Amino acid sequence: MFDDLRDLYQEVIFDHNRNPRNFHVMEDSDRKVEGFNPLCGDRLTLFLKMDGDKITDASFQGSGCAISTASVSLMTEIVKGKTEAEAEELFKQFHEMTTGKEEAINLEAIGKLAVLAGVREYPARVKCATLAWHTLDAALKNEQESISTE
Amino acid sequence: MTTFPIEKIRADFPILQEKIRNKPLVYLDNAASCQKPQQVIDSIVHCYSHEYANVHRGVHTLSVKVTDRYEGAREKVKDFINAHSTKEIIFVRGATEAINLIAQTFAKSNIKAGDEILITAMEHHSNIVPWQMLCAETGAVLKVAPINLQGELIYPEFEKLISDKTKLVSVVHMSNALGTINPVEKIIAAAKVKNIPVLLDGAQAIPHMSVDVQALDCDFYVFSGHKLYAPSGIGVLYGKQALLEAMPPYQGGGDMIRKVTFEETEYNTLPYKFEAGTPNIADVIGLGAAIDYLNEIGMDNIAAYEAELLTYATEKAKQIKGLKLIGEAQEKGAILSFVLDKIHPHDIGTMLDSLGIAIRAGHHCAMPVMDFFEVPATARASFAMYNTKEEIDVLIKGIEDLIEIFG
Ligand SMILES: Cc1ncc(COP(=O)(O)O)c(C=O)c1O
Repeated sequence: MFDDLRDLYQEVIFDHNRNPRNFHVMEDSDRKVEGFNPLCGDRLTLFLKMDGDKITDASFQGSGCAISTASVSLMTEIVKGKTEAEAEELFKQFHEMTTGKEEAINLEAIGKLAVLAGVREYPARVKCATLAWHTLDAALKNEQESISTE
Repeated sequence: MTTFPIEKIRADFPILQEKIRNKPLVYLDNAASCQKPQQVIDSIVHCYSHEYANVHRGVHTLSVKVTDRYEGAREKVKDFINAHSTKEIIFVRGATEAINLIAQTFAKSNIKAGDEILITAMEHHSNIVPWQMLCAETGAVLKVAPINLQGELIYPEFEKLISDKTKLVSVVHMSNALGTINPVEKIIAAAKVKNIPVLLDGAQAIPHMSVDVQALDCDFYVFSGHKLYAPSGIGVLYGKQALLEAMPPYQGGGDMIRKVTFEETEYNTLPYKFEAGTPNIADVIGLGAAIDYLNEIGMDNIAAYEAELLTYATEKAKQIKGLKLIGEAQEKGAILSFVLDKIHPHDIGTMLDSLGIAIRAGHHCAMPVMDFFEVPATARASFAMYNTKEEIDVLIKGIEDLIEIFG
């Protein structure tokens, strides 16, 4: 059953979809940015707490597909404790992983995020995985109140 | 009903033999665009191989031949929707272009600040945005008649919104997001009382039922070829002759003129007044071939067969725990829009695709409908005359399996 999809829908993804981590509103956040994918209607709000250039806490709210929910859930876990520069570097790695430049990926740095590498084979779903990171990018650059993948 | 020639029909559509991800294709995205029978494909190949030249322009044999074919297709469209005259059949790119044409010619010259255009809450974006653009330009106001939780137009509310200010009623004949078939006879009758012209967006209705524009007495009817087993890039605007005569042209150029000097231009007669430039010749001929094909089967037979498919699919779908149908109108075409508890439509789409099943997951160019039902998107299986109950079984099994795997 759905054998072809095992690379895309790994158990970790189902797990994060069922029980998203850091899934709550952060009342005292320093940054709050909305991400929207008009193609599929995925919407999320990302909250960050900063200490200087360090991300001390991250959470989110919203609704999306399993890929986008797992992606943002995993992201909020991994960026906690990272500096802005480190988070941006992860975004770069993640982007390369999901758009197909396998050689360029630093597997160690990317850690658990590697479960999302499968979207590479599904061009229609890449945006689901990257929405979280584009939203984070906007939050770190503090540039917009809301971003869209279009 | 004599038995529906499903085997023969399926054999006519070469793409139905394709394998998708090593599984037989189950194509259930017909509301987005449907597949083409060999007869349509052959008509285009034949045109380019044997009978191609520009139309209306040459004395040479090929140009005369292709013009005959092109105008022959117009005749077929006229008969297919029972228009009064071929002068009332304008070839355009599709339903979207037809609606924009009406907005920019008929509506622009008849609608002023404070006037109202009345649509419904289940319109496709292509029957919303052109009016918003017109309203922004002219100061007219867009009125939207509400729908209920079954996805039906709340007719009394619609009637209340008709007023002396209403200058155009533009409604979808059959909704692409919900499958709802609107009570267009009632709508037209109510509009006639106040002499308000009515535009019907027939993009979804046309492949599923026989349409008679004279019996309906609508003023405009628009549809796209690609949802009618014909090529993409070709569509039809039907308009009552008197209205079309009075309308200013849409685009200027060749074919739409009778006489040009630098001082003035005399426009061509109908339908050419609205067909500036070299048209989409081969695809018009393909549209004619699609209509021949459909006539052979009979639109009423198609409607009856599809009604059976829809009933079967609806009953099966309702037995799935956690599945909610979006759109349960009494009068409904062969579309099954649904959501699953805790499973996003995009995941449904990808999962079913891995089984060879093509459905649509998204907002179906009807974001206001999604907002009304408070869903970000739906999954939509939409049926055509070549689909079967066996394919519906594959779909239902696929949905049950993906629910299980999502846990
Ligand atoms: C109800 C309805 N109206 C209009 C359209 C627009 O048709 P097209 O994109 O072919 O112009 C569609 C197509 O999706 C539709 O379903």
